[in-house]
Amino acid sequence: MRPTLYNGRRPQLALVAALMVTQIHGALAHGLAGERFFPATILTDDPFVADEISLPQVSLNPPAPDASHLTNIEIDLSKRITPNIGIIIGDEWQRLRAPGVPSVGGLGPLRTGAQYQLFIDGPHQALGLLGLNVIWGHTGRSAVGAPDFTTLSPTFDFGKGFGDIPRSLPYLRPFAITGNLGFNFPTQATTAGVPNPNNFAYGFAFEYSFPYIECCVKDIGLRPPLSQLIPLVEVSFTTPISRAPANQTTGTIQPGIIWAGPYFQIGAEAIIPANRLTGHGYGGVVQLHFYLDDIFPHSIGRPISEWW
Amino acid sequence: MRGVLMAFAAGAAAMSAAPPARAHAFLDHASPPVGSSVPAAPPVVTLWFTQDLEPGFSRVTVTDEAGKQVDLGNAQVPRDSPAELQIGLKPLPPGTYLVSWHVVSVDTHPTEGTFTFEVGQG
Repeated sequence: MRPTLYNGRRPQLALVAALMVTQIHGALAHGLAGERFFPATILTDDPFVADEISLPQVSLNPPAPDASHLTNIEIDLSKRITPNIGIIIGDEWQRLRAPGVPSVGGLGPLRTGAQYQLFIDGPHQALGLLGLNVIWGHTGRSAVGAPDFTTLSPTFDFGKGFGDIPRSLPYLRPFAITGNLGFNFPTQATTAGVPNPNNFAYGFAFEYSFPYIECCVKDIGLRPPLSQLIPLVEVSFTTPISRAPANQTTGTIQPGIIWAGPYFQIGAEAIIPANRLTGHGYGGVVQLHFYLDDIFPHSIGRPISEWW
Repeated sequence: MRGVLMAFAAGAAAMSAAPPARAHAFLDHASPPVGSSVPAAPPVVTLWFTQDLEPGFSRVTVTDEAGKQVDLGNAQVPRDSPAELQIGLKPLPPGTYLVSWHVVSVDTHPTEGTFTFEVGQG
């Protein structure tokens, strides 16, 4: 073995060590639980606070039951305030096309959220996060469906990698699941006589990580970019629990793939309506998502509490 | 479609203003390879990462099936290969061995991982 970097550089290393001891704790983030890397998913919320930005996410939604088409171009920012507390903020430009009427475009409602990282269990590759998301009324163009009321959504987001199952089942270990369980509470019961129901919202992402195969299961010869792919299927549903008839669940099923590089990831998914109430046909979504903690590791990529 | 491409181009342009950076260090490959079976005991385990490492905070251990440490405790990052981590091994009888690593990239991001390899069973 060859000599190390330490030789003759002890004073400098002592300084580096002192700086790093103060910084490493806050540098986790990034969807890591032990040896498991969770990518930022497209449909379901991520179970970790992060310094990341989706810029942009473009959705060509399948036709709704009334045959209208909605296209979204969306930006979402996640920012850590402290290592365990984060905020999210997002908005989107929408274009609505409906048969027989001129298409309309405009901003959707402003979305914000506050998040608390409840736990990160490295050995069991598990994450838990509590969030309170808010869709703000009167912040978007009503012609494209932006509401005139605010909706509060408490959520529990979780992630679990299956790398801790016995090593005798090697090719099950790359599986992981993330999910959201939450409620939507409109602050206004009706809009123009139409009820705004309270909803139970739930979604899951089922992932199979090629990076996990290569790092921790078996080197099967995959090299970048193949070794950086994560195929996944996301599902998300909304079920009214008040002020609406029964059997009004809507949702989508979104199979796709994410490529995760050192500084950003690219994801693409098909959008398939889960039932006729949701829509018909097919749509698609693509997302370019940057890891600010990797791009700006010493400045805005750190929690705000560590800026000074 | 033009709008979609423009939106992606704008995103890429916004991020291109970022200064040069280094990211999390993930395991790129190893010798012996992850999950491999080798006919004879290797004298050293070498790990190659996707980013340069901070030597003072990067470590690796190798244990046998009973959890007993079988490495020489001399983990090091070579001066001329800062994305590499090596550790020497004691003479290994046939068996399955667990490699556990925990590294910090030069921009202070910590990562960790484990994998096994087999000796004399390939």
